[in-house]
Amino acid sequence: MKPAAFDYLAPREVSDALALLAAYGSEAKVLAGGQSLVPLMNFRLARPAYLVDINRVDALAGIDGRPGQVSIGAIARQRDAAIHALVKEQLPMLAEAIGYIGHVGIQNRGTVCGSLAHADPAAELPVVALALDATVHLQRTGSERSVPAEQFFSGYLTTVLEPDELLIATSFCVPPAGTGWGFTEIARRHGDFALVAVATLLRLDAAGRVASARVALGGVGPVPIRARATEHILVGELPGDDLFRAAAATVGTEIEPTDDIHASSDYRRHLAGVLVRRALTTARSRCAASANA
Amino acid sequence: MPERTSVALTVNGQRREAYVEPRRSLADFLRYEIGLTGTHVGCEHGVCGACTVLVEGRTVRSCLLFAVQMNGQDVLTVEGLAPAPDALHPLQQAFHEHHALQCGFCTPGMLLTALELLQDNPAPTEDEVRRGLAGNLCMCTGYVNIVRAVLAAAAAGTVA
Repeated sequence: MKPAAFDYLAPREVSDALALLAAYGSEAKVLAGGQSLVPLMNFRLARPAYLVDINRVDALAGIDGRPGQVSIGAIARQRDAAIHALVKEQLPMLAEAIGYIGHVGIQNRGTVCGSLAHADPAAELPVVALALDATVHLQRTGSERSVPAEQFFSGYLTTVLEPDELLIATSFCVPPAGTGWGFTEIARRHGDFALVAVATLLRLDAAGRVASARVALGGVGPVPIRARATEHILVGELPGDDLFRAAAATVGTEIEPTDDIHASSDYRRHLAGVLVRRALTTARSRCAASANA
Repeated sequence: MPERTSVALTVNGQRREAYVEPRRSLADFLRYEIGLTGTHVGCEHGVCGACTVLVEGRTVRSCLLFAVQMNGQDVLTVEGLAPAPDALHPLQQAFHEHHALQCGFCTPGMLLTALELLQDNPAPTEDEVRRGLAGNLCMCTGYVNIVRAVLAAAAAGTVA
């Protein structure tokens, strides 16, 4: 229950952090909030020889708005993001989803970007990243790339991040005005990872039919997924109970959840349907509110 | 074996300096390097909340931080709550009056979590108190009186 010994490195500049990752590669781990990494180290499931602590790299702390986007830096805390005026106003789904993460003491240290890099399939923020078309910005010495969230998660606790790359920031797309949203999850206890988490966006056209729909789920596979067949049956239809029940039935056909100690595959599939229906109902009610505003 | 590193931080208003291994958690630093054993270590993976302290005024799990990360930071532990050696903090007084501690193991974490809760929300509902304390486990299951104590401290208005 104590971590294995490591060398501690605390760069102050992004370039220094990248140089350390280039030098130590897979022997190093990046320490941001540490709310996932440090438990793994305490269990000795992770035994990095070098810990590159990026908490002193001030350039990575920002939460910034650009037209149509909000960018969240690698060491911006979840709690700071959740109470940030820009996030509350433009990405209310992100602010609400953070409330489901652990407890305030975890959110005070944990980072938005760190949750994405850790890539727990039942975590809230990867699901939100999919729903909000987030782009993850990665840098290594001499080059950088931007990866859409849907391509970032490659497997259970695995992303396309290379050992010498650092996740610098994540930009989330602000949904068009009038878009309704719903985020909900079921967990065994408050603060636990979700059994199933669902994020939805719904936008209506002038005739009140669904112009666009987004349905993302976590906890139903090794990576968070977009339920495209479910999105497809929503578009062009009149929103309401019948349509949302049909969506709930469809989502069950396009996921393959696994059994584990927390829940059976069948139960997860059932939950996914129930939560998709609830999240769409919430999104629908907020569509109306934003359209009237 | 990695070198020991110097760390200098403020704990309960006092400057503290020590040489520590990088893997030394803040919780173990408080207990073993500077002898403040009021911070209790339960699960060591961020679940139980017993090791909760305030860093720069915000609650953290001190088992999930390394002491070397705390250079220049301001830490408050349960030992720093009371205004004087022979006095209790209003939250401690409320815990005393409402029998909000049994074995006492969770109490320091409960107190510091409740402190942040009341600073953020000076007049919480019972539901908000329950949610706010949900990340702190009491193995005596004495939650009812803990919630009562926090609500009483909030009603007295002497905390935040």
